Amino acid sequence: MEMPTPNPAILSRKARLVERLLQVLPVESVIHDEVETRAYECDALTAYRCPPLVAVLPSSTQEVSDVLRICHEEGVPVVPRGSGTSLAGGALPTADCVILGVARMNDVLETDYANRIIRVQTGRTNLSVSGAVEEHDFFYAPDPSSQLACAIAGNIAMNSGGAHCLKYGVTTNNLLGVTMVIMDGTVVEIGGAHLDASGLDLLGLICGSEGQLGVVTEATLRILRKPEGARPVLIGYDSNEVAGACVSDIIKAGVLPVAIEFMDRPCIRACEAFAGAGYPDCEALLIVEVEGSPAEIDAQLAVIKGIALSHDPVELREAKDADEAGRIWLGRKSAFGAMGQINDYMCLDGTIPVTALPFVLRRIAEMSKEFGLDVANVFHAGDGNMHPLILFDANKPGDLETCEAFGAEILKLCVEVGGCLTGEHGVGIEKRDLMLHQYSAADLEAQLAVKDVFDPSWLLNPAKVFPLSVTRNRRAAQMAAE
Amino acid sequence: MMKPTSEAELAGCVSELKTPVQVQGGGTRGVNGPGDVLSTTGLSGVTLYEPGALTLVAQAGTPLEDIVAGLAAENQRLAFEPMDHRALLGSDGAPTIGGVVAANVSGPRRVQSGACRDFLLGVRFVDGQGTVIRNGGRVMKNVTGYDLVKLMAGSWGTLGVLSEVSLKVLPQVETEATLRIGVPDAATGVQVLSAGLGSPFEVSGAAYDPVAGEALVRIEGFAEQVAYRVGKLRDVLGQIGAPDTVEYGEKSERIWVNIRDVAPFHGQAGDVWRMSVKPTDAPGIAARLEADDLLFDWGGGLIWARVPAGTDLRARVGSFSGHATLVRASAETRARLGMFHPEQPALAALSRGLRDRFDPRGVFNPGLMDQVVEA
Repeated sequence: MEMPTPNPAILSRKARLVERLLQVLPVESVIHDEVETRAYECDALTAYRCPPLVAVLPSSTQEVSDVLRICHEEGVPVVPRGSGTSLAGGALPTADCVILGVARMNDVLETDYANRIIRVQTGRTNLSVSGAVEEHDFFYAPDPSSQLACAIAGNIAMNSGGAHCLKYGVTTNNLLGVTMVIMDGTVVEIGGAHLDASGLDLLGLICGSEGQLGVVTEATLRILRKPEGARPVLIGYDSNEVAGACVSDIIKAGVLPVAIEFMDRPCIRACEAFAGAGYPDCEALLIVEVEGSPAEIDAQLAVIKGIALSHDPVELREAKDADEAGRIWLGRKSAFGAMGQINDYMCLDGTIPVTALPFVLRRIAEMSKEFGLDVANVFHAGDGNMHPLILFDANKPGDLETCEAFGAEILKLCVEVGGCLTGEHGVGIEKRDLMLHQYSAADLEAQLAVKDVFDPSWLLNPAKVFPLSVTRNRRAAQMAAE
Repeated sequence: MMKPTSEAELAGCVSELKTPVQVQGGGTRGVNGPGDVLSTTGLSGVTLYEPGALTLVAQAGTPLEDIVAGLAAENQRLAFEPMDHRALLGSDGAPTIGGVVAANVSGPRRVQSGACRDFLLGVRFVDGQGTVIRNGGRVMKNVTGYDLVKLMAGSWGTLGVLSEVSLKVLPQVETEATLRIGVPDAATGVQVLSAGLGSPFEVSGAAYDPVAGEALVRIEGFAEQVAYRVGKLRDVLGQIGAPDTVEYGEKSERIWVNIRDVAPFHGQAGDVWRMSVKPTDAPGIAARLEADDLLFDWGGGLIWARVPAGTDLRARVGSFSGHATLVRASAETRARLGMFHPEQPALAALSRGLRDRFDPRGVFNPGLMDQVVEA
């Protein structure tokens, strides 16, 4: 993966930069020792590493503003970082950058149950947002699998999703307001506790902009009352086509399950070996979960079971109690761990129209043979967000490259059938060079124009999202201005 | 009037513009400025509809009516429940799906399902230089690049002319019911709505009608679900408001069409304002408005106010958290007060920057969205 050559002029000015940062931050918030900066050398895309020039850990919006103003004046690139759980390399540093970590900013600023909002500093982890309102039986809906560790800042940057978005939407649907600092240090307030922000939808634009438009320091999030209960049903089929048709029929029937998860045979076997959840050995497994009171759940599951039976399943198992529900989810929730035990793996997250599911699974199986690497599929079927896990051996020379080439072909396939490169992980560096498969030069130019407006000197997370060839002139203009 | 019949023709049309135009779909939503009309009604038709994938793609000028009918045939609907502005504004014509998106028109279900922008999956549009731009797609989860889809929703034609939109649709519900709860004042009304929306019973509409002195709470779903939730909500909300009556089926539907379209204001003189506020702030703000008529939706978070013609409602209410849009007024009042709430300078600079980049010649609805708070 190519990253831009570090700017030697910036490297040579490290001492001055550190000195200026220390004028606005306490000494423990500025990390510049070469051993210590290594803690920030990568995110969850661990195949790529590069220690930053400096890492700073501000503790207020004012400090974030000061840091950005200084870096802007010094012409130093800034890479914002939440908890560093990006699977796409969204927080990968360059050697000439300042990592701006918001992890110390993790306070709850306001909880308001009458208006159903919580206001937090964005270094707070996703799960601890729900934790802060749990005693009142409320929760924050977007639930990425990394929710124990990932920060709201990163969720906003990547517009994170989760298993329950079929019903509750993704981050952008649950974000009502932000305090954001743009690259020149200006603090802007957008939205608030009201349901729609005024003027152009800048909130929608910022969410998912991968830390390239500004650093969000505070967020107003929608919170919801927890449902009375939830219950899953497990349905096994001997063909992916039939499982796909079942998903489509459930959706059409007017039941809105909170989750529809899909696992294929390689994934079922690995999970079974790892967790012993009692899954049947079949081609495709669906876990469908509905919410409500016990009677409401019965009524919804009756509809779902009727549809499932009309497709002649090899297994149909409804959870009778919490213990059985736990076991149905156990395998699915341990899927990534199970894969990690077998092998190194790369996790993709292309999205496809639900109707293209059987075709895409068949093609992935064919490509798996061509590339000589196994792949297991586990994904959110209700919204078409796939998670193919390609297994490879990091110690075997060339295997990572083959895996990446295979992954790129799967993502191109997703685009060809009418889908997209990434449903919830973001582009980062990982899918940067595939952007021209999804968008024309003019489509990308419109996106670059947005960055020009928020960050005219192209200093915020500059080498991400777009192919380097497309952004070269803009980044070079900045270097030349030095 | 210019009325291109294909996206390519639209692009050609725009690139040859010498003077500003008014971008228009059905022309029912009250944007009347100077300049020739650039109509999208020549771009019509559903391009793709997959009920099993809950997605619909349509050309921007497709009449909303056609889309609603097509969805109904498959027992589906636009869950964001777009308002029909015609009776309120005295406009005629046929609303288009592009107009709905450009104005981000969302109805009572906003509190539960989301706004129009939350259901918009993809757009194609022509920018101010005549370039065709595509963003998003037709899948429900998509974080590939910047979200210009949201940016285009509610941009009122100021950034580009929509040529095609792609939407997430949802199944129709089996049935619905509305609880009518008597309340003495707005504060109690909002309290009832907050309790309903903060319950686990999936309230999909929450309005307060001060004339009737009623808080209105809607529940939708399967018959068993609705019956169960009505019972539960009666217990919870009956402790705050007076014993209630319940309307089912068509009677309930009619209540929400009337709230969606602000029916109590129809045929009444004066200006109409729409305010977006924090729900619990609504009673206090409403009291400062000295309005002739009020209606509260979105759990109190949306205030409709009818005031004497020419009133500067923003000046009257003073500082508050939220914003006020002038929905119906004379051209003179509109020009004097601006349709949209003035933005803070830092935010306004970003918005202006975006408009300058997407429409550098300033040919699309100039002046419509550029009010700034004076320092």
